Amino acid sequence: MIQYILRRLLQVIPVFLGTTLLVYYMVFALPGDPIAALFGDRQPNPAVIAALRQQYNLDEPFWVQYGLFLKNLFTFNLGNDFTGQPIAATLGRVFPVTAMLAIEALVIQGVFGVAAGLFAGLRKGKLFDSTVLITSLVVIAIPTFVLGFVLQLVVGVQLGWAKPTVGANVTWGTLLLPAFVLGLVSFAYVLRLTRASVIENMNADYVRTATAKGLSRPRVVFAHILRNSMIPVATYLGANLGGLMGGAIVTEGIFNVPGVGQKLYQAILRSEGPTIVAIVSVFVLIFVVANLLVDLLYAWLDPRIRYDK
Amino acid sequence: MRFSRTSKALGMVAIAALALTGCGAGGGTTQGASNGAGDPSKVITAYSNEPQNSLLPANTNEVYGGRVVELLFEGLRAYDPNGKPIDALAESIESTDGQNYTIKVKSGTKFSNGEEVTAKSFVDAWNFAALSTNLQNNGTFFESIEGYADVSAVKTEKGADGKDKDVPAPTAQTMSGLVLKDDTTIQVKLTQPEADWPLRLGYSAFYPLPSAAIKDPKTFGENPVGNGPYKLAKEGAWVHDQSISLVKNADYSGPRAAKNGGVTFKFYTDPGPAYTDIQANNLDVTDVLPTNALKTYETDFPENHLNKAYAGNATLNIPGYNPNFQGEAGKLRRQALSMAINREEITKVIFNGTRIPAKDFTAPVIDGYNENVAGSEVLKFDAAKAKELWAKADGIKPYDASKALQLAYNTDGGNKEWIDAVANNFKNNLGIQAEGQPFAKFAEILNLRKAKTLPGLTRAGWQADYPSLFNFLGPLLKTGASSNYEDYSNPAFDKLLTEGLGAKSTDEANKKFTQAQEVLFQDLPNLPLWYQARQAVWSQNVSNVDSGWNGVIQYYNITAK
Repeated sequence: MIQYILRRLLQVIPVFLGTTLLVYYMVFALPGDPIAALFGDRQPNPAVIAALRQQYNLDEPFWVQYGLFLKNLFTFNLGNDFTGQPIAATLGRVFPVTAMLAIEALVIQGVFGVAAGLFAGLRKGKLFDSTVLITSLVVIAIPTFVLGFVLQLVVGVQLGWAKPTVGANVTWGTLLLPAFVLGLVSFAYVLRLTRASVIENMNADYVRTATAKGLSRPRVVFAHILRNSMIPVATYLGANLGGLMGGAIVTEGIFNVPGVGQKLYQAILRSEGPTIVAIVSVFVLIFVVANLLVDLLYAWLDPRIRYDK
Repeated sequence: MRFSRTSKALGMVAIAALALTGCGAGGGTTQGASNGAGDPSKVITAYSNEPQNSLLPANTNEVYGGRVVELLFEGLRAYDPNGKPIDALAESIESTDGQNYTIKVKSGTKFSNGEEVTAKSFVDAWNFAALSTNLQNNGTFFESIEGYADVSAVKTEKGADGKDKDVPAPTAQTMSGLVLKDDTTIQVKLTQPEADWPLRLGYSAFYPLPSAAIKDPKTFGENPVGNGPYKLAKEGAWVHDQSISLVKNADYSGPRAAKNGGVTFKFYTDPGPAYTDIQANNLDVTDVLPTNALKTYETDFPENHLNKAYAGNATLNIPGYNPNFQGEAGKLRRQALSMAINREEITKVIFNGTRIPAKDFTAPVIDGYNENVAGSEVLKFDAAKAKELWAKADGIKPYDASKALQLAYNTDGGNKEWIDAVANNFKNNLGIQAEGQPFAKFAEILNLRKAKTLPGLTRAGWQADYPSLFNFLGPLLKTGASSNYEDYSNPAFDKLLTEGLGAKSTDEANKKFTQAQEVLFQDLPNLPLWYQARQAVWSQNVSNVDSGWNGVIQYYNITAK
């Protein structure tokens, strides 16, 4: 078990180097001079520009820039972004916000998606099942930003039930509306995955055995059907956590949530290599850890799975 | 219901717009019904974004930091909404020759930390800003003062990698032309007579600083202490990426007294959510509208909207190094291009009336503005005349039509539509090939212009730093000027500018600058297109919203209901 975790963690190293190198190179290859762009038509004293270039290592060739970035990363010194703010402090500020948003969305889609999927699966072909299938298809078909704008306008402006944007006021309550929008599309997928899996497992041998042994209906449903149906759902939710954090860029834009997505968007506009790569690096770590947790979860969900060999 | 807010057009359309107010072309500002003074203790909220630099006046060179610094500090002068300078902390500014100035500073005013504002607060701040080792973005604003060359000096060194690097190498620590006489008197000597120099003293680079700022600029820039109508609500009132909270400075007694209890700037990376917040009365004022709202803001906010010209314009630059535009034939072709553009139609159809067709090289809301400068007929649309001039030019020197005429623009600022319209104007009215040449970023175009490798036309915008005609002419078109990338040079134009700067009065100076514009209308080094205007909308909770000469909302005048 420990060996397995260690091996998985070691795999992080090449993945991490590969992604950061790729992203760093893409930012490097962006056309235009980001420092000149900070000034527009009125250029300052040339020494100001030269000093800024030096501060961000922009006067170095690509490999030296990337090397310096890695060196700084491993000495836990991420440097400053173009507004002079330490990048580490910025990450510490924006990641918790997006994490709250993603977790809230994950809970919404996980709890409601699994519950509705289970219910629909158990009553396959009944009215509830058909209704849920059709509505989830509609939800999947609507792009996030359309849903976001409509809900913002209806709930935030016309009905006035919630503030249309979040801004500086970040709480679980204010994040509810954006989290709902963010989680809704995946909610439909979770629902459909759970439903399909439940239907498949209802006819499995061990379920029939459990029923034949005279176990109570709830015990059969929750311990045997649901638990075994969770494997594909857990895989999806785990992969989705990373996706939720990265994909929050649109939702955060619509609801003005001061999270990672907004910061990343701004950093891309300003060609701020170090900030972009720092954010992406954290994304990589989140993806890797989330996937590792999902794999470990398998063993608990399905005792037939072992990690030793 | 409006579901089309999908074009998250990077909002930079920010600087959009038009206004007809000052120029009598109809339309104009719509003021919310003003019901008295309102509640003077209420804090209002306003759209903004994370400032790009620490909040030192001489380091703030973009709008979002600029609006905060303007409220936190008070300079020798301030500008009224029409761009007319009024004395604020200056008791008097006197000069007999336009080169030597004696400035008397009002005594008895204080920074919000209790430190007195004296002549020394100004002299130290200006020397700090100009010294090249301090790396202040706005250091160049002091270039007219004698001794600036010494404190701002830069030398080129070979770096470790063998490449040239500019490093600060001042030969003096203070400007010799800036002398502190006593606690209330500053003497300034310029390198040459500049009649419009006092006009600049309201700009933020010239604000005073308390001594703590110069001792530790980094710490001060996070928690600035000023002498303006507002102060920071508390230590750490700037919450990065979220908001800045300002409260009324009770000790302030200048011309911009706050009529509300404070201003909280909320940060938005996109103007769309801010517009929605105004609709829900969750934000009080926004001065940046999402692109798609430019069509609807007047009906969405029938009372609470603003559309007012400010000191900015847009032009198309023509490079002198393109052989098609050289000599007598080139001159005729530039005139033909200008007359082929239907400015009225483009501003109406594409900009929804949020810009106004240009009538000169400067902008309205500036003292001395004249919409009837001799030669300005070339800015009027006249397809027949344009065609005739183009044919005449071909008689002198045939047009090299091997390549289409390209119009360079940056795609991150919503320029494509009007560039295409202008290109179509050229195609249809002159019978030549013309097309847009998109670049991802403005900086790319700037680099190519500097390297003189962009043979087509390029779009450019200019916003004045201080309300003076010269600010539109000198930095852009004077021989060798810092932003004269197309290398325009005409000794007659340069001479008139120099004479204008040496004039005894502003009126006399403006006469010279108008004559200088007559020279420009003969040469047409660039094609003036339209003036900018500020659009803003506000919630039901506030009134008395208006913008100043530079398009910045006068937050101190807003009253809460």
